[in-house]
Amino acid sequence: MSMAAEERSVRAPWALTAPALMLFVGVLLIPLAMTVMLSFHDWGQYKGIEPVFILKNWHEIATDPYYAEMFWRTFRIAILTTLLTALLGAPEAYILNRMDGRWKSFFLLVILGPLLISVVARTLGWALLFGGNNGLVNKLLMSLGVMRSPIPFMFTETGMIIALAHVMMPFMVLSVWAALQRLDPQIENAAMSLGAGPVTIIRRIIMPQIMPGVLSGAIIVFSLSASAFATPAIIGGRRLKVAATLAYDEFLNTLNWPLGAAVATLLLVALVLIVVGSNALIERRYAEVFR
Amino acid sequence: MAYLELDRVAKQFGAQTVVEDFSLSVGKGEFISFLGPSGCGKTTTLQMIAGFLDPTRGAIRLEGKDLTAIHPAKRGLGIVFQSYALFPHMTAAENVAFGLEMRNVPRNERAERVRAALAMVGLAGYEDRHPRRMSGGQQQRVALARALVIKPSVLLLDEPLSNLDAKLREEMQIELRQIQRTIGTTTILVTHDQNEAMSLSDRIVVMSQGKIEQIGTPQETYERPASAFVSQFLGKTNDFAGTIDRTVAPTQLLAGSWRAPAPAGLGGPVTVSIRPERIGFGDAGLSAKIITRIFQGNHWLFQCDSECGPAIVIRQNDGQAQPAEGDAVRLTWRPEDMSVRARAGA
Repeated sequence: MSMAAEERSVRAPWALTAPALMLFVGVLLIPLAMTVMLSFHDWGQYKGIEPVFILKNWHEIATDPYYAEMFWRTFRIAILTTLLTALLGAPEAYILNRMDGRWKSFFLLVILGPLLISVVARTLGWALLFGGNNGLVNKLLMSLGVMRSPIPFMFTETGMIIALAHVMMPFMVLSVWAALQRLDPQIENAAMSLGAGPVTIIRRIIMPQIMPGVLSGAIIVFSLSASAFATPAIIGGRRLKVAATLAYDEFLNTLNWPLGAAVATLLLVALVLIVVGSNALIERRYAEVFR
Repeated sequence: MAYLELDRVAKQFGAQTVVEDFSLSVGKGEFISFLGPSGCGKTTTLQMIAGFLDPTRGAIRLEGKDLTAIHPAKRGLGIVFQSYALFPHMTAAENVAFGLEMRNVPRNERAERVRAALAMVGLAGYEDRHPRRMSGGQQQRVALARALVIKPSVLLLDEPLSNLDAKLREEMQIELRQIQRTIGTTTILVTHDQNEAMSLSDRIVVMSQGKIEQIGTPQETYERPASAFVSQFLGKTNDFAGTIDRTVAPTQLLAGSWRAPAPAGLGGPVTVSIRPERIGFGDAGLSAKIITRIFQGNHWLFQCDSECGPAIVIRQNDGQAQPAEGDAVRLTWRPEDMSVRARAGA
């Protein structure tokens, strides 16, 4: 190979990825770096943002228990949402996988269909059903005399978890579904021929093999739930804030951008650590299944 | 008395009949092959014995007991699947131990039997390997050990060697036969490979389109094929159109210029089937011209154009001079080497 050709072959990958790389740097890395910088700036009610380097915002987050409560709530909701989607989504995917061809594609569409609808619309659906005295379900139950007051759903963590689980379910089902596709189609027959009953087959043979799928689904659901904005904003509103809605309020209502930036940065760093850490653990634990 | 008996078993999927009127008696310790092209119903039949499918009609009996009434998990059969279907999250030893665990075999005995089973298939020392770290042949052996360790009443093999390369397949055939001889487990093998069926089995069940074409020893099915399908499917064969002339005495069978005393019981148009290695070159007989001559080491393969259509001839490389391409020859064979069937539609 001539020198010129060699040089060209070295440059070609860079030249080809340059447009995407520029976009990535321009719309992701630079704003991200600016947000991190912003979190070290000062802010005052009357002076606005001052571009200095201080730890005031970080100190406030670290010492004021309000923020600890906020983050603890965020992660509690994310964990419970993840558990709920795993408990419902994994069996759902398994049942789906065992269905006959036509029903399978129909129900797959039913499960994936909601992804085509905006999160806001889906969450508003819950508000329409359970929102105070005017919510459809509440109205019905109260007029039937089953309940005296509306079901406590809006502005509760339970409501937020249920609505989030509903929004996140497709990700869990898809992830477990992908793991199920990797199963040997004869594996259940093999276990059965060796004398295993249906419960043993699921517990000893199927579960260990789809666990990586459940866990990678859990990582997706957890990170999306912890950083979710629309659902907590609609169900929780101002009364029940989470990290994402807190950052939003700091940015757009209090106008304390540096504090909002610090909250957003902390959320990002915590999520990255959790996701990378658990991913490494999963890959080590399930090395044989992933191979 | 038959050990395993299939009595007019049939399977339908909707309007489609996949297996029809399948009757077979298997003796204890026998090695049976279901041989046929894909879609002939051989795997379906195996799955009905295993219990993964229920027969539409007919009965399957094991030692006189109705097998179809027993849940597949309770039948106690050992099955080796085409894909092996090993449990990838368990080690080789855990895979083999699974069936014993399901039978509540005590831990000490279990370890001992697992060790013995893995040693039997030549995998001593591989106990802690996971299946995905093993080669195809090793996985195959684990699957075999897993099926045999439970001391199954019948061993079912569903194309177990088809994913191995040719050399390994031959080795495994020999080993499989030895293991089966040693422990004497009644075995049913499903295969589409006639060499595999012939080298392994006591008897072969040749199947086509859901029906049994012939049941017989490897030699019987090869030498005396019951139908055109069997003779075509089991190795190479020459089919010549002939006639039986009953107007002369003694009656004559004619195929081109080859002639012989006619076998009893047939008349009119017939098909004469003769294996290529049973044809020789002689002074009288079917006149033919050699189109190609291929040297294959221990034998020569001739493709000829005869007066009854194309013919193939195989001659041992015994050091004798062989005819060359383009030579005119006469093809001849002993009457007892051919099989004669009435020719349909003629």
